Amino acid sequence: MKLWRSWVVAQNDLDVFAHKKYSLYSLVALPAVLSVGLPVMLWLLIQRNNASALEVEVLLNAFAFIFIVLPSLLPTILASYSFVGEKLDRSLEPLLSTPATDGELLLGKGLAAFLPSLLATYLGAGVFVVLADQLTGARVGFAYFPNAELEAILMVAAPLACIFSVEVNVMISSLVSDLRAAQQLGVLVLVPIGGLYVLAETNFLSLSGVSLLVVSAFLAALDLLLFFLGRGTFRREKILTEWK
Amino acid sequence: MIETQGLTKRFGDLTAVNSVTLGVGEGEVFGLLGPNGAGKTTTMRMLSCLVSKSEGMATVGGYDIGRASDAEKIRGLIGVLPESAGLYEDLSARKNVEYYGKIHGVAQNRRDANIERLLKRLGLWDQRDTAVGSFSKGTKQKVAIARALVHDPKVVFLDEPTANLDPESSKTIRDVILELKRDGRTVFFNTHNLDEAQRVCDRVGIIKGRLLAVDSPARLGNLERHRRTAFQLERLDGDTVAAVKRARGGGVEARGDTLYVDVEDPLRDNPEIVQVLTKAGGRVVYVTDLSSGLEAAYLRLVGESR
Ligand SMILES: Nc1ncnc2c1ncn2[C@@H]1O[C@H](COP(=O)(O)OP(=O)(O)OP(=O)(O)O)[C@@H](O)[C@H]1O
Ligand SMILES: [Mg+2]
Repeated sequence: MKLWRSWVVAQNDLDVFAHKKYSLYSLVALPAVLSVGLPVMLWLLIQRNNASALEVEVLLNAFAFIFIVLPSLLPTILASYSFVGEKLDRSLEPLLSTPATDGELLLGKGLAAFLPSLLATYLGAGVFVVLADQLTGARVGFAYFPNAELEAILMVAAPLACIFSVEVNVMISSLVSDLRAAQQLGVLVLVPIGGLYVLAETNFLSLSGVSLLVVSAFLAALDLLLFFLGRGTFRREKILTEWK
Repeated sequence: MIETQGLTKRFGDLTAVNSVTLGVGEGEVFGLLGPNGAGKTTTMRMLSCLVSKSEGMATVGGYDIGRASDAEKIRGLIGVLPESAGLYEDLSARKNVEYYGKIHGVAQNRRDANIERLLKRLGLWDQRDTAVGSFSKGTKQKVAIARALVHDPKVVFLDEPTANLDPESSKTIRDVILELKRDGRTVFFNTHNLDEAQRVCDRVGIIKGRLLAVDSPARLGNLERHRRTAFQLERLDGDTVAAVKRARGGGVEARGDTLYVDVEDPLRDNPEIVQVLTKAGGRVVYVTDLSSGLEAAYLRLVGESR
């Protein structure tokens, strides 16, 4: 496995993504809407419904979870192009006749989906933290963010969720041959993430340190499992010949 | 450089490539000819380790296409132009070619030099920074050819390199193939263009599932007994046609002022026919050999295998 070659593949994919305007818009729009929308919603609750400091804190805590959801959703936009896009452009056949190995290609394409997704998540988180503190600080009495939970989410759970989503999406992309199908199937990554959320909310009531630990451990295990599964399901010949 | 032994590929019940045995030497230009669906692309894909073989064996540069550990080495050795160019439409010509140079691990100096040399040779240098999506089919094809050659591959596989190209570009590609040969590289290409095969190939194979023949174009052509000659006269009248028909028995067809005659041995038959024409009062303007030998051989072999 030559890491430099994966990086070459990733750079090329990033270059290709950079030319897909609509994907770029979605990549920016989704975090922007959530990072701005949720703090504004809290502000409205404070202004109109006179929400208490405790209510606002509970909501702020719950909203932090979107930074696990976002990095699982964003790779769907990019990774669906990874192999499906190359199949549609017929650029996969020449690529597969280079010395790049399965692992190098998968890692390269994974990186190309991972980096922009995580970057967009972090930018969104930055906006969210500033806005949330500005709009709720007066009611809560202190700047709620950044706190240990959010830091744990951003540093550990978000990258793990992003890796999970990238793996699922790259795998789907290598199995199907239609861009829309890839993107629709890709949204399925939200099922386990949503399940995690429900579990976290019901069992632990809030995203406490312990529940985050459980979530992260679960994601890490999924990531590892999928890594081996992904390598196992990647079949050059199938990708090349079983679609028209 | 390339050796195959009973190489076979089946897709379900369909045998696309049936027990092909051939050898291509280092520095040789080899052309694979055959009708649509004959298995040319499939053969090339097997040799470039893109699809697995069903039976038989093959080596490229001494490496076995059937061994996973060898496949990577073969891919490092070869340059491939697939059936469809498959470029990144949003990226420039230069970036498309550069990507493959990088993937093959070509050092930057040599990569830049090769890109410049190839893009200039193929007449793409002025368009090097234009996104290839706006290029015509033929221009894209040329970019894809540059991409296949950017790492100085020892063995070059070209699937119908001159399809879509205008006559001038086709000529450039033929010249490039001959330059590759001069550099000692091995070229294996598929084509429907018999004339082109005749001009650049040291040897050709005619395939239709099975390999029907392998030899130099000249030798294959010489095996052909049935040929056709056109005799263009100043003016062709019914009596002249009748005279030739009497002399030949059959295989004579008149169109306008030209007489088409099937001949067995042009060296023996053509002068005789000219004599008959002259005796009957005809004035011969042109005598043209219509069936290129290779074409006749191709048509016969492919026809017989039905
Ligand atoms: N992936 C595949 N699955 C099933 N059948 C296939 C596949 N690829 C090729 N074939 C079949 O194998 C046969 C040989 O195809 P191939 O593409 O090798 O022909 P070809 O000689 O390159 O034809 P052409 O001149 O049209 O390019 C055809 O009958 C084709 O339908
Ligand atoms: Mg073909």
